[in-house]
Amino acid sequence: MSDITASSRFGGGGASVWRRNQRRIAPWLFLGPGILMFVLYVILPIFESVWISLYEWDGIGAKEFIGFGNYVELVDDDAFYTSLKNNVIWLVLYMLAPPAGLLIALFLNQNVRGIRLAKSLFFFPFVISQVVVGLVFSWFYDPSFGLLAELLRLVGLEPIPVLADERYVTYGIIIAGLWPQTAYCMILYLTGLNAVSADQIEAGRLDGAKGWRMLWFVILPQLRPATFIAVVVTVIGALRSFDLISIMTDGGPYGSSRVLAFFMYEQALSEYGFRMGYGAAIAVVLFLIMMVYIAFFLWRMNRDEKGGG
Amino acid sequence: MLHRIATTFGAAAIALSLTAGSALAGTLVINTDTSNPAPKAAFQALIDGFKAENPDIEVKWNLFDREGYKTSIRNFLTAEAPDVATWYAGNRMLPYVEAGLFEDVSDLWEQEGWNDSLKSAAASMTIDGKKWGIPYTYYQWGVYYRKDIFDQYGLSVPETWDDLLAVSKTLKENDVAPFTIGTKFLWTAAGWFDYLNLRVNGYEFHMDLTAGKASYDDPKVQAVFDRWSELVEAGYFIDNHANYSWQESLPFMVQGDAAMILMGNFAVAPLREAGLTDDQLGFFQFPEITPGLPKAEDAPTDTVHIPANAKNKEDAKKFLAYVARADVQTTLNASLGQLPVNSGSERPDDKFLSQGFDMLSDAYALAQFYDRDAPAAMAKAGMEGFQEFMVKPERKDAILERLTKIQQRVYK
Amino acid sequence: MFPTPIERTAAPTQALYKIALPISLLLWLAPLLAVMLTSVRSQGDIIAGNYWGWPTDFDLMENYLAVFQNSPIGQYIWNSFKVTIPTVIGAVALSCMTGFALAVYKFKGNLLLFFMFVAGNFIPFQILMVPVRDFTLQLGLYDTTMGLVLFHVAFQTGFCTLFMRNFIKALPFELIEAARVEGVSEVRIFWFVVLPLMRPAIAALSVLIFTFIWNDYFWATVLVQGKHALPVTAGLYSLNGQWIAAWHLVSAGSIVAALPPVAMFFLMQKHFIAGLTLGAVK
Repeated sequence: MSDITASSRFGGGGASVWRRNQRRIAPWLFLGPGILMFVLYVILPIFESVWISLYEWDGIGAKEFIGFGNYVELVDDDAFYTSLKNNVIWLVLYMLAPPAGLLIALFLNQNVRGIRLAKSLFFFPFVISQVVVGLVFSWFYDPSFGLLAELLRLVGLEPIPVLADERYVTYGIIIAGLWPQTAYCMILYLTGLNAVSADQIEAGRLDGAKGWRMLWFVILPQLRPATFIAVVVTVIGALRSFDLISIMTDGGPYGSSRVLAFFMYEQALSEYGFRMGYGAAIAVVLFLIMMVYIAFFLWRMNRDEKGGG
Repeated sequence: MLHRIATTFGAAAIALSLTAGSALAGTLVINTDTSNPAPKAAFQALIDGFKAENPDIEVKWNLFDREGYKTSIRNFLTAEAPDVATWYAGNRMLPYVEAGLFEDVSDLWEQEGWNDSLKSAAASMTIDGKKWGIPYTYYQWGVYYRKDIFDQYGLSVPETWDDLLAVSKTLKENDVAPFTIGTKFLWTAAGWFDYLNLRVNGYEFHMDLTAGKASYDDPKVQAVFDRWSELVEAGYFIDNHANYSWQESLPFMVQGDAAMILMGNFAVAPLREAGLTDDQLGFFQFPEITPGLPKAEDAPTDTVHIPANAKNKEDAKKFLAYVARADVQTTLNASLGQLPVNSGSERPDDKFLSQGFDMLSDAYALAQFYDRDAPAAMAKAGMEGFQEFMVKPERKDAILERLTKIQQRVYK
Repeated sequence: MFPTPIERTAAPTQALYKIALPISLLLWLAPLLAVMLTSVRSQGDIIAGNYWGWPTDFDLMENYLAVFQNSPIGQYIWNSFKVTIPTVIGAVALSCMTGFALAVYKFKGNLLLFFMFVAGNFIPFQILMVPVRDFTLQLGLYDTTMGLVLFHVAFQTGFCTLFMRNFIKALPFELIEAARVEGVSEVRIFWFVVLPLMRPAIAALSVLIFTFIWNDYFWATVLVQGKHALPVTAGLYSLNGQWIAAWHLVSAGSIVAALPPVAMFFLMQKHFIAGLTLGAVK
């Protein structure tokens, strides 16, 4: 019956070509629009950025080919090293999010009244925009009337201008970023904990495992997929850190809270920027760093694909 | 490659859909960055006035956010140019002039006699001997101070550097911060650098430095920072200034925790709004440092240009001529709260504006501002250095070394 | 269940837990509670420096009305919807197809294509910024919501494809086999056999993408300038520049901007979490 519908729709000879080959043609029909968009907006621009990074270009005039000039300049630029250093700090401290998320998840993995609401509320920070998070925390840190200043005064200390002090500024922003990131990890672990097999817990209990030993030897191994995803999203979150910096400090004071992502934007598009080539060179470096993680992720996924069949 | 093909298709489709509406003859498209309340109202009145005199011209006014405009202009000048666009004088015009995106209006200057009436801003509108637009407003910079606090401690307006230090000392001893400032967005610190530089070394050196002809390792720059240290190290600026924008730094003055601010005249409106009366608030010219040095001032000039890709240049020229007129500039600037550039305009009534008007008329020369005279990349690095210096004065040498290096790269 | 269910522990532990839960929740949400409280404070409180004490007046209506009256936030929110909803539809539609193709057909390069989409997820935005901005400019879509939508659709297709492909992979393949034996065409298999089974995945992805796109700030600043197209995230930041020290308005504005994704989250919680935690369990 379906044969009849198919041939009546596509007409005589065409129908048989379609019918004979449809399993070979169909995937490309389905993939076509997606691939086109993805190639235009994601794949090609990567190569274009690499290409632009070899030019001196202000975005409106003519492009001037300077080879690796932008990279040579980058290696000699203090701001680049500040950004790189901050990126490392972001990466390291962001890694607190998975364990912190796990801790909260363990705390919340109960069946008391109202726990569902509590779980949702704990997740709340992730749902709101980083712009809002940034505004809230800038205000929290304000040295003249912020909550932090009030608290410090309460215990007789001088207020600390967290966002205006090069020593604290990056940490201050990271704490703001950890808030939603921890919530994200928490929800991953909550879901993971739901799926932990009750049999194994019982078996563990019979073996006398309790508390931390149980967590370490029985629970954590079962949470490995959740941990993996948590680490991956956290690394990406750390390397993408742009919004909070842009909102809370604009890279300051005197550029000390820059990270590569922000530095790139500043060079290429901000009021004093428009050095497209130089910005592109920074982006390429950032991309290469990220490639390490992408490669790791794909390698693991490839292993799972092969293993899982 | 694919990009280019897709672009052609897209552009064609969009061109088809747009041509219907936009290119009507007799339509004048004006893009402005006057998004703040006072400038917005002033431009509304300006455009209404122009329409009243030219009923046959249909005006389409696109109002942009002031900050966003700085990036938007790059796009619309190339992609879909308006007939008139606002911008700034000095080095800020340079990228667009070099890229051939602004129309040369030298003949209009000749024809309308602007070389005479707009003379004070002529230099800052000139690149390669040609004029690239017209100025419609400028404003003075200087020190705004709390007269009542000065009276309380028996202080008088400082005329020299030593006076300024003495006044600051007294204020500081009485737990009043001499100066408030918010350096979060950097340029306020550049105001200090500019004024110290203009008073220590003079206008020519300011221009040489921002044009890359003088270097940051010049002893003259050292001398500027030495004066600056005297204020910074004595704690004459409010604490934590890197945390605040300029607006956030005003409450210190309003509440009497600080007595002075070096700022452009646009600070007057929010200070008045916050409750300071004209009896409490005063203005004085930045004091003399090097004796006998002619006093130049910062007076950033805002301008109007015709984009080279404009469709309706005839009417655009009419608009420029209208904006340049003495009576129009009087009204426009009265509502902007700034100073008219046309020498035929009336002297403003406002207390601070009339003081500024006199000061600028007597000025030896007018600078635009550090970040308008220096190229963007240098301005950014320089202002970061200034902010850093104001927080960590002990790093002076490292900062100057860095600026010297960056300068060599920027001006190659 | 781990840790040990609280009802099986000693009475003091139970009591302790019941006290600790609300307290920890309160601390966790303290920044947000402060914002909510501030958003109903009167201007008098703000000027008097009463930022953290109990408000002397509750100006709920006044403040929220003021936000809508003296700022274009209504327009910004409308713009956000104009960006978010078409993106959700576009990205989900494209990825239903790509996910289906990658999950169901065996062909050369399948895995490679899949990895391309996956890798795209992790790319730092900055490497796309300059070319995408140029491309959007050339298309004449700079400073329009459409320009943002096209980019978001393309970029989100990466993540959505990963999601959809894995979801379809987990469906019973026999259904498709059976349909093929019946001679049903591939297009009809997609439409009538697989798509109906994908409803939960579509719901989950829609909610998730809605939140991601609503909260996007970076691309909004790169591709849009004017208030006619500015989404509420970027709009809020520019308002922050105007509302200096008017923290009651900033707070009220923040809450208004956060409301749609929050509402979405509470209404569609199950789907949201299902989408987010894909892969967290295996």
